[in-house]
Amino acid sequence: MSELIFEKSRSGRRAFAQAPTSSESVAIPESMLRSDRPRLPEASELQTVRHYTRLSQKNFSIDTQFYPLGSCTMKYNPRACNALALLPGFANRHPLGPADHGQGFLTCMFELQEMLKDVTGMKGVSLTPMAGAQGELAGVAMIKAYHDAHGNHHRNEIICPDAAHGTNPATATMCGCIVKEIPTLADGDIDFDALQQVVGPNTAGIMLTNPSTLGVFERRIKEVADLVHDAGGLLYYDGANLNAILGKVRPGDMDFDVIHMNLHKTFSTPHGGGGPGSGAVGVNERLLPYMPIPVVGKKEVNGKPVYDWVAEADIPQSIGRLSGFMGNSGVLLRAYVYMRMLGRDGMERVSEYATLNANYLAVRLRDAGFELAFPERRASHEFIVTLKSEAKTFNLTAMDVAKALLDKNYHAPTTYFPLLVPECLLIEPTETESKETLDNFVAAMVEIVTAAKEDGVDYKEAPYTMPVRRLDDVKAARQLDLAFRPDGS
Amino acid sequence: MSELPGDLLYTKEHEWLRREEDGSVTIGITDHAQEALGDLVYVELPEVGLDLDEGGEMAVVESVKAASDVYAPIGGSVVAVNETLADDPEHINSDAYGDGWIVRMQPSDAIDESALMSPDDYQQFCDELDD
Repeated sequence: MSELIFEKSRSGRRAFAQAPTSSESVAIPESMLRSDRPRLPEASELQTVRHYTRLSQKNFSIDTQFYPLGSCTMKYNPRACNALALLPGFANRHPLGPADHGQGFLTCMFELQEMLKDVTGMKGVSLTPMAGAQGELAGVAMIKAYHDAHGNHHRNEIICPDAAHGTNPATATMCGCIVKEIPTLADGDIDFDALQQVVGPNTAGIMLTNPSTLGVFERRIKEVADLVHDAGGLLYYDGANLNAILGKVRPGDMDFDVIHMNLHKTFSTPHGGGGPGSGAVGVNERLLPYMPIPVVGKKEVNGKPVYDWVAEADIPQSIGRLSGFMGNSGVLLRAYVYMRMLGRDGMERVSEYATLNANYLAVRLRDAGFELAFPERRASHEFIVTLKSEAKTFNLTAMDVAKALLDKNYHAPTTYFPLLVPECLLIEPTETESKETLDNFVAAMVEIVTAAKEDGVDYKEAPYTMPVRRLDDVKAARQLDLAFRPDGS
Repeated sequence: MSELPGDLLYTKEHEWLRREEDGSVTIGITDHAQEALGDLVYVELPEVGLDLDEGGEMAVVESVKAASDVYAPIGGSVVAVNETLADDPEHINSDAYGDGWIVRMQPSDAIDESALMSPDDYQQFCDELDD
């Protein structure tokens, strides 16, 4: 491990490029000024530059390595999105400035809402949720608000398949609902008979990811939708895997009532490491009155379009305000530029190449001897390899392969998720990788397994070449140590 | 799979039950379950005195991989919980059938043994899952 910048600190050193230029213009009352100096590191400009450059070199990132992290859609983030989102007109806009001073920004937000409505088949979109989890919370809160507004306070059961992301049952619980879990069939579809048993007069809704976390498309979605709707429940679409169907199949056409989209995944804004994200939500007609604010509206004034915030008074039944201004507006702008660059045709190419790459990689790995979890199913934009037999016969686990891949300069796929599949790797190549990259990845996977099987190579200590070796994640979880204390206090 | 004590009853949810002399029942998760979960980092225990229906949420075990609910295999009230798990959840990993016990319950009704598995049946159940 390298030294922290705090450990390099020496009293009196200054980095002039980072030093504040003036504090006189900020009128903070004397009583609120701190009397002691903050504990900030004191380092020279060159020390600081070297420190952060070295840290950045330790990054495993989409800009440097193949990153097939299933369920995360780690695609390339076009530089143009970044450059345009940083235009001074956007970057220097004050969030409390009057709407007529920010018509450019509001136009982009309005058009983003419209494009997302179009590509998902929904009737309204709110960009305010700050991340996927908040989008989920907004979605289920709207389902609850809908039932409450119709006097159905007893509808408090949310159905989740056992393959769902953990956030789904967590969201339902946070919204005061009871989670009803339904099993998955061996072919990856949800157990329709079990669903029929669970659906009833207390059903508030069902949360589905389609394609599911198992990397396969839910083939009976129409029957599922009819069953739940006939019972008076609503359908929630978890947008985690929207990249697989973008521009091809619309959640609205599958009869979903509410969806959340991870703009940071599907619409390619930089993510990983916890944010920032955007969990925009889309709703159909019946949930329009409950959308979270702020939302951008459009009016005609003297024949010209004028954009403004839709206020609480305009959506009196709204579930409320989920973010101070406009969600993570920098993320939203990047997503907007991405969509404008792709256009309608480009969005179809996203899902075509994402699924083509996944299926190519799945077949190459299968032919190389890896076991696919759902060999009879066509992969969506991701697929699952199970190392069950490798683990059993020569003690090579999914975690060993994941760590060994790091030494071969590949980011590991998602490991041990979904929980239903033992010793699994969830692999999502995304549409932005070349055939050569995929072929090289297959070769690396084969090398790892062959070395373990034929030469008895033990990867239990891998990775060997990374800045940190195999971490003791058990100790890390049991003895949390998150804060640096310079004086050991 | 390692040892499977012969004096216990087992469930499909990978729990074990031991009838105590005072009529109470000690409950934990099996060695198979702890092995599948991996190293445990947290155990959420119920309050002593809590009444549970069969199938009700009794405890939560959290490993580095996942958090799982543990369901009450019988109806009854909680008479004791294994407080040592709060600081040392690894007892479940190291000694699932001993120091890793989770809850002791007083059953509300006679236990329906036909709904539970013998060691041999549970062994077979696990073998089938592994195939």
